[in-house]
Amino acid sequence: MQISINWYLLLSAVLFTIGVLGVLFRRNAIIIFMSIELMLNAVNLLLVAFSSYLSDSKGQVFVFFIMAVAAAEVAVGLAILMSVYRNSKSTDINSLNKLKG
Amino acid sequence: MTALILLSALGVIALLAEIFSFKKLLYPVVILGLITTFVLNLVDWNTDKLWYGMMRYDNFAVAFSSVLIGITTLWFIMAENFFKEESSLTDHFALILFALVGGIVMVSYTNMTMLFLGIEILSIPMYVLAASKKEDVSSNEAGFKYLILGAFSTGFLLFGIALIYGSTASFDLPVIADFITSHNGAVPGMFYIGILLILVAMVFKVSAVPFHFWAPDVYQGAPTSVTAFMATIVKTAAFAAFLRLFASTFAGAGSVWIDVLWVIAALTLLVGNITAVVQTSTKRMLAYSSIAHAGYMLLALIALNSFTQSSVLFYSLAYSIGSIASFGVLGIVATSRGNDTTDAFNGLAKTNPLLAVAMTVALLSLAGIPPTAGFFAKYYIFTAAFASGYGWLVLIAILASLIGVYYYFRIIIAMFFKESTEAAIEVTANHKLLFILTIVLTIALGLFPDFIIRLL
Repeated sequence: MQISINWYLLLSAVLFTIGVLGVLFRRNAIIIFMSIELMLNAVNLLLVAFSSYLSDSKGQVFVFFIMAVAAAEVAVGLAILMSVYRNSKSTDINSLNKLKG
Repeated sequence: MTALILLSALGVIALLAEIFSFKKLLYPVVILGLITTFVLNLVDWNTDKLWYGMMRYDNFAVAFSSVLIGITTLWFIMAENFFKEESSLTDHFALILFALVGGIVMVSYTNMTMLFLGIEILSIPMYVLAASKKEDVSSNEAGFKYLILGAFSTGFLLFGIALIYGSTASFDLPVIADFITSHNGAVPGMFYIGILLILVAMVFKVSAVPFHFWAPDVYQGAPTSVTAFMATIVKTAAFAAFLRLFASTFAGAGSVWIDVLWVIAALTLLVGNITAVVQTSTKRMLAYSSIAHAGYMLLALIALNSFTQSSVLFYSLAYSIGSIASFGVLGIVATSRGNDTTDAFNGLAKTNPLLAVAMTVALLSLAGIPPTAGFFAKYYIFTAAFASGYGWLVLIAILASLIGVYYYFRIIIAMFFKESTEAAIEVTANHKLLFILTIVLTIALGLFPDFIIRLL
């Protein structure tokens, strides 16, 4: 049985929303990174589904770009998180409150 | 396109300097490289070359990339102190140059893939640079917030691109524009949501209200030179990318997003200017003023007529020169006087007349007082919006710029009419050259604005 494109759309919208809510409401920096990855992977799923549905390979090529960039972003993110941890001994983002106006 | 290749090569040369130890020579090499690139970039004028359907180097791209390269050259002169630390010198050069490469991709893309890659090539070095004071907690915090919110907005951008791909089966901007035309502007629901998600992401990148909350923290925590880079080059590139997508490709579906953007622009103008008034830190005040300036530039985008591109080009040029000068003076004053409140500027006109005059001209330009460049920048933007019948929005913008005059003049008054016992500040020859250049450029653009306006 063929699964219709709408289910893929729904699944990736749900995954994306979970990712957005994770970024907005979780306080641990590592969990926030994971939520961002979830958002990007929801997009990957959608692109691959569309690519197959439209019988067009461009969407899958785009997914490779997203994967590579997401890896670079997380590498930089974890490095910055390391220096945050070294200075504040915490990965809780509530400890990041030095900047106010 | 020459610019893209030359700047990438320059970035690699900067990295090689670490291995082959010619670090001392790197600063002049990079400045010369940037000037060469600026000149060779102008050769592409009127060629309108399409690169494999990915990038299109039309006059819009040449004009904006020239602004980016020119402002980066000024920025390098301003930020000479940023290149004094021996340990991470070559990284700073390379990261800035690669960020500039990303900016150039953002002004010349004609495919969604390149838009995404351009934004990321620009952003990832900026995350690192914002956090580049490793021992300083507020710099770490700035870098971290910038990264989280940057990646968050990229998620929205990608979801929007995916939905548009799903409805049009293409990432090509001309194909997407044709799709809108063939539907007579009545686009399907999925496409509609896609446009709005991309709009959210772009509004995030240009830091307009209500997606501006990251900007003040990041601008304040990052090293002052990096803040100046973010307020000028990053903002100009983001606006050019915004314009390329919405003022041409999505223009046919204007009914979908113009009303949303109207509200965003009005909120940005009011919130940016009013919040700037109550700031004690001048750096944070300039951050809010930079949010407010995004609001003025949005006016031109909403107008969506033949003045849109040229007025944004002129505005971003005038605004960038003003910002480079004001952040430059702020950096010098804050380092030598130990804080960046308005009081730090007391009596600057007596001790350092050049700094005071440069700051005054820059602030007058940012406030939009004639005969500086900023006046005509605002004038063209308001004319564009008025010509398309957005009288109320222009009225809000004029009221907002009156509030702006108040907080800019607070610093001018402190410099000229308040006494201080502080000694004169040592200013290097490079900085003197920079400030004379910014004064001359601001006045010259104010006296002969036609030259730039006629370009696009």
